[in-house]
Amino acid sequence: MEELNNLMHGFSVAMTLPNLGFMVLGITLGILIGVLPGLGGANGIAILLPLTFSMDQTSAIIMLSCIYWGALFGGAITSILFNIPGEPWSVATTFDGYPMAQQGRAGAALTAAFTSSFVGAFFAVLLITFLAPMVARFALKFGAAEMFAVQMLTFCSFVGMSKEPPAKTLAVMALGFALAAVGMDTVTGTLRMTYGVTELLKGFDFLIAVIGLFGIGEILLTMEEGLAFKGKSAKIQLDVVLKTWAELLRYWKTSIRSVLVGCWMGVTPGGATPASFMAYGLARRGAKDKDSFGKGNIEGVVAPETAAHAAGTSALLPMLTLGIPGSPTAAVLLGGLLIWGLQPGPLLFTEKPDFVWGLIASMYLGNIVGLIVVLTTVPWWAAILRIPFSVIGPVIIVICAIGAYTVHSSIFDVVMMLVFGVFGYLFKKLRYPLAPLVLALVLGDMAESSFRQSMLLSQGSLSIFWANPLVGGLMALSFVMLLWPIVPALKHYLRSRA
Amino acid sequence: MERSEEAAEAGLSNRWPELLVALFLFVMGIIAVIDSIRVGIGWEEGEGPRAGYFPFYIGCILLASSGWILITALMKFKRAQPQFASWTELRSVMQMLVPLTIYVAAVVFLGIYLSSLVLIAFFMKVHGKFGWLATAITSIGVPLGAFLLFERWFLVPLPKGPIELMLGL
Amino acid sequence: MIEFKNWAARALVSAVAAIGLTGAAHAWEPTKPVEFVVPAGTGGGADQMARFIQGIVAKNKLMEQPLVVVNKSGGAGAEGFLELKGAKGNPHKIIITLSNLFTTPLATGVPFNWRDLTPGAMLALDQFVLWVNADAPYKTAKEYIDDIKAKPASTFKMAGTGSKQEDQIITAMIDKATGKKMIYMPFKGGGDVAVQLVGGHVNSTVNNPIEAEAHWRGGKLRPLCIMDTEKLTYTEKVTDTQSWADIPTCKSAGVPIEYLMLRGIFLAPGVTQEQVDFYVNLFKKVRETPEWADFMKKGAFKQTFMSGKEFADWVGKTEAMHYGLMKDAGFLAK
Repeated sequence: MEELNNLMHGFSVAMTLPNLGFMVLGITLGILIGVLPGLGGANGIAILLPLTFSMDQTSAIIMLSCIYWGALFGGAITSILFNIPGEPWSVATTFDGYPMAQQGRAGAALTAAFTSSFVGAFFAVLLITFLAPMVARFALKFGAAEMFAVQMLTFCSFVGMSKEPPAKTLAVMALGFALAAVGMDTVTGTLRMTYGVTELLKGFDFLIAVIGLFGIGEILLTMEEGLAFKGKSAKIQLDVVLKTWAELLRYWKTSIRSVLVGCWMGVTPGGATPASFMAYGLARRGAKDKDSFGKGNIEGVVAPETAAHAAGTSALLPMLTLGIPGSPTAAVLLGGLLIWGLQPGPLLFTEKPDFVWGLIASMYLGNIVGLIVVLTTVPWWAAILRIPFSVIGPVIIVICAIGAYTVHSSIFDVVMMLVFGVFGYLFKKLRYPLAPLVLALVLGDMAESSFRQSMLLSQGSLSIFWANPLVGGLMALSFVMLLWPIVPALKHYLRSRA
Repeated sequence: MERSEEAAEAGLSNRWPELLVALFLFVMGIIAVIDSIRVGIGWEEGEGPRAGYFPFYIGCILLASSGWILITALMKFKRAQPQFASWTELRSVMQMLVPLTIYVAAVVFLGIYLSSLVLIAFFMKVHGKFGWLATAITSIGVPLGAFLLFERWFLVPLPKGPIELMLGL
Repeated sequence: MIEFKNWAARALVSAVAAIGLTGAAHAWEPTKPVEFVVPAGTGGGADQMARFIQGIVAKNKLMEQPLVVVNKSGGAGAEGFLELKGAKGNPHKIIITLSNLFTTPLATGVPFNWRDLTPGAMLALDQFVLWVNADAPYKTAKEYIDDIKAKPASTFKMAGTGSKQEDQIITAMIDKATGKKMIYMPFKGGGDVAVQLVGGHVNSTVNNPIEAEAHWRGGKLRPLCIMDTEKLTYTEKVTDTQSWADIPTCKSAGVPIEYLMLRGIFLAPGVTQEQVDFYVNLFKKVRETPEWADFMKKGAFKQTFMSGKEFADWVGKTEAMHYGLMKDAGFLAK
């Protein structure tokens, strides 16, 4: 067990007092960055990167990666409390986390989210520790066609689950794809649907849409109850953590499935956001009482959070071993490594063992430290809900506006946030589902470019999608997922005929 | 949001909102289709679909689905409709939406700090009936905190207006 | 918490200055944080360089005010360039450029030209190297080019960053030299491109040195030739047997292609000469630091520095070259 020896050595590197201090500092900063919508982990690390140039390399990367863990943890907080996803990958957490908070179970939802995050990250780190070279080789198999197949699978495992009218589901989904197409087309470099408007050059960012549709939309919806609205009764129970843990044990199957989805999506690299949607979709399909999803089912918090963290963590693996960042945050970390004169790649593990194993050890420690930090703050976060709406309402708006602005440093985005907010309200009232819209917005761009890259490779022949067992298997699985909801209906039909 | 007893209260029916939202989606569909045709919707031999291929069909799906919603809405236009929201509810929503719109406009012209201060103070004073001290602390504290956090610590410039410019920030 | 003290000190200084204690007239200096616009996404080559400069400036205290990196990548960088074009007379905004300074307005028709900005200084030139997978049978550029010539068109696949930008322009130049068209596949970042080649999904790439160095060292990729008139000067061994200086020029291999990418600084239009001088001086100081020398070596950059009229002339010449190349390749906006 060479890995174990290396890891032990890594622990001795990471376990110094200053390094532990940097961990706590990094986690705290990360949570702050994760809580503020717009200021994502990638921005946060990019911003703080120059400050670390004067630090020791290993300490610097430990602190920066802890910011990353913190951001992963923090994203869930505002999703659950205010229906504002702090990070893209916590959108799926709002579906059940926010209803739970509305029912006075904010503490349980937060505990479930944090614990699941930890579980997801922990298994992903195990993967990095013991299977890094093998997994890296697997990641290399992913060309354009395989990427498209993965995106297709994400989409298919999520659709077909809304109870809203089909025409409306289809309409918002198409709207999402259309919005994703605005701006520059990566494959040909032509500008689409900008109609000469400078502000549209950069397209519609998923985060702006989400802050508006979910955050501002929810505030408007809450306002229907009037300004007398006094904040939710969020009882502060200190034993909420232990009680929730006992409950979580029942969902081990969901956890395992979500870990697998997450690791797979992080390595390939599909990304944490699609992973969270896929895991949510799968959890709902596998559950007995499908209707309780979206109304405060704790399993709907466990699944996306586990997958998002597993994906976010395993995304570091292709970065370290191949130099391909599996997520935007990993991309910035990669830039940091280069600046420190560390060249990621297959040789990094042998050339700089201190650094690599120190980093891996800090992933274990960082996540444990992170879990302790966030769990102790659960009652405090839950207590925020008791602040009267006339205070917290405008403060949330200010935070949303700052968040919308910081994504691209663009005032136009703040205006768009308002527009999306109004539509979020209208859509909700008129029973248009929001989830297909955001999913289409996330996947639209990526799926289109990987499809067209595949077409370039195959010279316009669709056969590339079943050219090898990997891509063929993924595509077949996608179709199974797509047709899955029809199976019970079909069974019922056949039985009634017999 | 389930409504039970207020159902009897007078309010706005779904008729117009349904129609206008569907119309909006339809217009978006038209916009997508027109520009896709401009950039080319064909399938180029050896290269695969052109830039407008996907947006074109997406636009068509949008047109078809919103068209369907539009037609069903028009067909039952005369019939009784479920309530969109009661007038009281809508008035509350406007109490938020109007200041929110003014706030966003103010952010564009005056920057984020002053606008945020006024927004928070307005809600706390007018709706929350808080004392001057609590109002002042919160409404100054939040923008000041944001300033320190973003501009000083994270070095992220936020939108500023003429007043900040005058102060030389 | 050293930064904290700095802010406090700075806040005090600016407060004193605001009261009216403005010092005697001396050379212009920024009076508030300087926005360093990157017309590309986070993690790319330009972004890395900008953040690296930000780090050097902060670490060596080369400037009173902080340098703040802002990414404006929309529309292949058009967003960033238009932002600067709109900031007329604002001396607290500078932009780092790459080749999209020329390619973006030409390919998209976005109303913008480098003459809309004030040229600052050239920091370095980035090289392009023709790479193949180490398992490929080609040992030299000539073997590869001969094979392209021998096989039917569209047999070979080239991956690159973006569409109608530097990588695709170089591909078009190779097409012209061989007379056979290659399939060009655009990806979002240089890292992705290199991995596509390592994974064997494409035949070759024209990655910048820094993007492919790790894979070369790891024995996964092989450099064939460098697109410059002369070889690189970095003789330190990268692999067991080779250094950057050992890569032959493409011209010597029978492919007469030269292409260098500008890494330079531009200011907003309408700024004074004094303000330009400040930044030119600042970047001179940045270039003198040992960190910068290391960075240049790591990325095998060509260390040319220019400013003033010399720089403007160079940019004008390069723009004309891009116009010609893109016209030939049919990349100009219709």
